[in-house]
Amino acid sequence: MVESTFWEEILNITLLSLRVSGTAVLIGALIGIPIGTFLGFRQFKGKRVLMRFVDIMLRSVINTFMGLPPVLVGLVVYLLFTSSGPLGWLGLLYTPTAMIITQLIIVVPIIIGVTMSAVGSVERTVRERALALGATEAQAAWLVLREARMGVLTSIIAAFGAAISEVGGIMITGGNIRWWTRTLTTAIVVETELGNFTMALTLGAILLSIAFAINLALTIIQVKGAGR
Amino acid sequence: MIVRVNALGLTQLLTPKNLAHSISVKRWLKMRKLLMGILVLAVAVIGMIAYEWYMSSQREIVVLATTTSTYDSGLLDYLIPIFESKYDVEVHVIAVGTGQAIEMAKRGDVDLILVHSRQLEIEIVNSTFGIHRVGVMYNNFVIIGPVSDPAGIEGLSNATEAFRRIAEVGNKGKAVFISRADKSGTHMLELSIWRRLGSVPSIKNQSWYLEASAGMGMVLRMANEKEAYTLTDRATWLSFKGQLANLRVLVEGDAILLNPYAIILVNPDKYPRRNYRGALKLAKWIISEEGQNLIASFKKEGETLFEPIARDFNKARMLGFPEQEREVEWYDSQDP
Repeated sequence: MVESTFWEEILNITLLSLRVSGTAVLIGALIGIPIGTFLGFRQFKGKRVLMRFVDIMLRSVINTFMGLPPVLVGLVVYLLFTSSGPLGWLGLLYTPTAMIITQLIIVVPIIIGVTMSAVGSVERTVRERALALGATEAQAAWLVLREARMGVLTSIIAAFGAAISEVGGIMITGGNIRWWTRTLTTAIVVETELGNFTMALTLGAILLSIAFAINLALTIIQVKGAGR
Repeated sequence: MIVRVNALGLTQLLTPKNLAHSISVKRWLKMRKLLMGILVLAVAVIGMIAYEWYMSSQREIVVLATTTSTYDSGLLDYLIPIFESKYDVEVHVIAVGTGQAIEMAKRGDVDLILVHSRQLEIEIVNSTFGIHRVGVMYNNFVIIGPVSDPAGIEGLSNATEAFRRIAEVGNKGKAVFISRADKSGTHMLELSIWRRLGSVPSIKNQSWYLEASAGMGMVLRMANEKEAYTLTDRATWLSFKGQLANLRVLVEGDAILLNPYAIILVNPDKYPRRNYRGALKLAKWIISEEGQNLIASFKKEGETLFEPIARDFNKARMLGFPEQEREVEWYDSQDP
């Protein structure tokens, strides 16, 4: 390989990782935060057995989806987008778009679950106090959201962590094509297969650095928010 | 009118009518920041989707599925860029086992395949999902094993006999064999040799038979770690030799160990949305004089890894391509 394309390739791989995981988390936030907030408000409480049952079922389902094996998501997405599959006509298989969709499915339940939990735990204390002090329902709801924004940010941090380190699902739906659908994680797989361990470790170091940098940024935002 | 700031920092008017008005104005102002945030997010998202769509539609793409052994040898990283710059076509190479590559062709997820398993190739051609199967190149499989060679197979010219000895010594606990176990071309050939001896081993009864379900590079390294026997193509062996201090070539030359590679196009009648023209361009180029010469010039450790056979009709016929001359004529006549 020519020297000048070595760093080009690393740049290509790194940018793709950021593009795929970043887009998935952005879109995931747009979908997941509203849903998680809604579910957090509408907590099914009370002494009625049915309400309790629905609450437990809902939480269990969301928790299961939060822990969905990424490689299984990849398999299902592959079967959806394969030429003879239901969405084959879109021609999305082995493209970065398919990888984004795969990671989106993995990431949305995480954002919903953590947001729901954050809003739910804040809700009890803040809402009751606000109401006691004379606020209307609407004002109380707004205050709950404000207090929960730390938790919401946590959901984004968790989602990004899951996405940037994911490898099985995007290998199946992306095909790990050089220069096109190869991310940091899938490149590590190839380099390990070829026995280029130094290269594989270098890619790993880059991956960790990026993950750290982004988490640092998000955590700063989170902590600054908490200081108010 | 009396204005009051309550404990939560919210301004409240005490008359009912103005009370409602004040709260909704305040709420709206606060909502504005949130709505701005959502708007920015939505714009970013739409921007990204548009970018993805734009990137995907920019150039002509041909998707080639090939085997891990072909890919790991480095041949395609050598050949493909030359084709890409000559024809301004982007080739996406997906490296999987032969079995999976053929499945991908049957499902229409790729435009053409470069594989090496005669049985599976004939099957897909018979099923009409694959068309214009043509021989491209060949190399040899070799049986490699530990330097100490406990099964004593070194120098044998009969691969089946070598496998028999490995099994015999394996049953005594003195040898290990690692199988690709991934429906790759290498795996299919390995199975055909075991079948000549009766049946394919299984770790349940033969604890010396390990099924790795991994690519050739991985299996070679495993064999090195465990000082085990395995079947490999010479090209990959030469590429990885430097990392495999515990192993060496023990058996080669048996006719059954010949390893021919074929290109098969995906039938456009079955999958009209695929890039048939692009696939044809690539196939035509690989079997052209230029492509074949480039294949012959690809060396590792000073040795040629693949012998071109597309235009050596006698050799191709011998290696299982009876229609070679006709197919090459057909390819030559095409002008994609």
